Amino acid sequence: MAEAGPVLDVRNLTMDFGGLRAIDSVSLDIMPGEIVALIGPNGAGKTTFFNCVTGLYTPTSGEILLSARGQRKRLNGLKPNHITALGMARTFQNIRLFPHMTVLENVMIGRHCRTRSSIFGAIFRPPATRQEEAESIEISYGLLKEVGLTALVDETANNLPYGAQRRLEIARAMATEPALLLLDEPAAGMNPSETRELQALILRLREKHDLSILLIEHDMKLVMSLSDRVCVLEYGTQIAQSTPEEVSRDPRVIKAYLGEEADA
Amino acid sequence: MQGLKKSLLTAVWFMFLTFPIMVIRVNTIEKTIVWRWENLALVGISVFLLSYVWRFLMSRRERGNKQNAFATDDRAQAFRALIEDRRIRYSLIAAFAIFVGVFPFLFSMYQVNIMISALIYIMLGLGLNIVVGLAGLLDLGFVAFYAVGAYAYALLNLHFGLGFWAVLPMAAVLGAFVGILLGFPVLRLRGDYLAIVTLGFGEIIRLVLENWGTFTRGPSGISNIPRPDLFGLEFGLQGRIIYMYYVVLALVLFTIAVVTRLKYSRIGRAWMALREDEIACQAMGIDKTQTKLMAFSLGATWAAMAGVVFAAKTSFINPASFTFLESAMILSIVVLGGMGSTVGVILGALILILLPEYLRAFAEYRMIVFGAIMVLFMVFRPQGLIRDRRLKRRFHPAESSKGAEAVPTGEGMARGAGSHG
Ligand SMILES: Nc1ncnc2c1ncn2[C@@H]1O[C@H](COP(=O)(O)OP(=O)(O)O)[C@@H](O)[C@H]1O
Ligand SMILES: [Mg+2]
Repeated sequence: MAEAGPVLDVRNLTMDFGGLRAIDSVSLDIMPGEIVALIGPNGAGKTTFFNCVTGLYTPTSGEILLSARGQRKRLNGLKPNHITALGMARTFQNIRLFPHMTVLENVMIGRHCRTRSSIFGAIFRPPATRQEEAESIEISYGLLKEVGLTALVDETANNLPYGAQRRLEIARAMATEPALLLLDEPAAGMNPSETRELQALILRLREKHDLSILLIEHDMKLVMSLSDRVCVLEYGTQIAQSTPEEVSRDPRVIKAYLGEEADA
Repeated sequence: MQGLKKSLLTAVWFMFLTFPIMVIRVNTIEKTIVWRWENLALVGISVFLLSYVWRFLMSRRERGNKQNAFATDDRAQAFRALIEDRRIRYSLIAAFAIFVGVFPFLFSMYQVNIMISALIYIMLGLGLNIVVGLAGLLDLGFVAFYAVGAYAYALLNLHFGLGFWAVLPMAAVLGAFVGILLGFPVLRLRGDYLAIVTLGFGEIIRLVLENWGTFTRGPSGISNIPRPDLFGLEFGLQGRIIYMYYVVLALVLFTIAVVTRLKYSRIGRAWMALREDEIACQAMGIDKTQTKLMAFSLGATWAAMAGVVFAAKTSFINPASFTFLESAMILSIVVLGGMGSTVGVILGALILILLPEYLRAFAEYRMIVFGAIMVLFMVFRPQGLIRDRRLKRRFHPAESSKGAEAVPTGEGMARGAGSHG
């Protein structure tokens, strides 16, 4: 995208759960093509931030703006499916695949918001529907190829090994054609070689799909080598936001992490 | 040994607990007490046996689970391989098709009538399967839409003289409409709450039919509903039953075709995703409300069409035909057959409708037997008779040189019906 503005622009986002302020006036913007990491100890509010941005939670206050697919929209109050259609997709910290559907079908679900065929299309199968379906299959298969899961297309998702499930979630999110991809601890539970592959995959995806990425991750090596910018949360407040090098030298960040002993 | 002891203990407990009601009988007039010791023995023995059998089944089940998921899998796979062998499969299907096709000429009209009922229940089961099996919405008021269809035909015929073929599509549209109307307020609810509210709706519709006498003729019902006609041709009584059989058979085939296509479509996948994980489903861009509403109203459409057929078949309807028991029956068909599986639902309907007809001797115990079957199924085969299987697509990795590689073979979605139920 040629436009200069940020893809995602979050201003003073606050989220209360009853008396608990899970996020306290956090601001964050992500430029096109940028990879931003969101880090912080467990319970800092990172997943909650994702849930607010993707419409699963309604934030208490603050502004969320998304510029994708040629339009700029305020996301506050929109339904999650609407937000996804606008060009933002995510994965989940505790994997949420559709366990009894095949790997291919899981990815094809991601195509739902980019396809049109109705009940009548399903029943009468006019050429337009057939073509759309064939395209869906082709695109989904292509994505499975990118994440290296073609050998498992017909397997049901619950039969996949852990690392493969994480990659399938990424492929499914990519099928919605996002401009911004949110990854919630994608390397959790992966071994070092899987993590390296994941890193290469994230970079490849950004390259190929003009993607901006917001990433929650505890693996500091991954964070440091991947991200252009790092945002650090502690108890819902932002304690730092800058380049990986600066953040890793920031005394407040070091303290937050030493206090928690770099939770994994 | 351990099991024997436990069962014995259970039996003693039950004997003790039921002692006051089963054994002692106070005769207040003669002021005597009758000790019915034989009852005590009866309770003891039957509880002991039941408990022992139950324990035995449970332990077998557990052993089965632990030890050989593989052995049974192998057997199932060998069986599948047999079924999937084209020649065997097609000859089986052909034999079955011929049998179904000539059925009315082989059996008495009584049997044909029973089979028509079974076919109607297959339609209902397949309709409910969309709602419960695919979309995962537990709907206990399905019978309401069945009633809507039946009354639509009865009343339109009574007041306007409309025939079966004219009303069928009208009822389908009406069913979809009523489905949306009722679905709108209730689909925010989930699981048990949805079940209870739909149950309530079902009863409300029945009560309206019962009490709005001027419109529906109340509990006395509507009679003389005509059977379907064929371009005004007149058949004899027997001819009409046979014709009816083929009409329903055609509708069932139509239903199977539609359901199969839906299942492997964009919409069908969305339903399943919704069933599997609502949150992920929304996050992937699927409109939850709209998708649920579609499933609900499509199920209603089928129920309404089945209702028209039912009214035409019995030629008399009253609200008593649309009680909660009917909903429970249809749900049992879906659960017993295997949620989401077309073949399963057909089997379930045939078993649950035909068995009681041919085992008239047990008619009084029907509900007990039903309950027992359901409980046993929940314990030992929660996935139903036929486990729903996802369609495999076979890819040719041969020409994977660049962009447009791997094309699924013709085995694709269009022919899912046969083997993948
Ligand atoms: N739905 C919810 N209701 C109440 N409290 C919540 C909810 N979701 C998260 N929280 C709380 O918000 C805080 C941040 O949680 P979370 O965003 O999951 O942290 P993390 O940074 O580890 O992802 C935690 O204290 C958590 O208990
Ligand atoms: Mg988290």
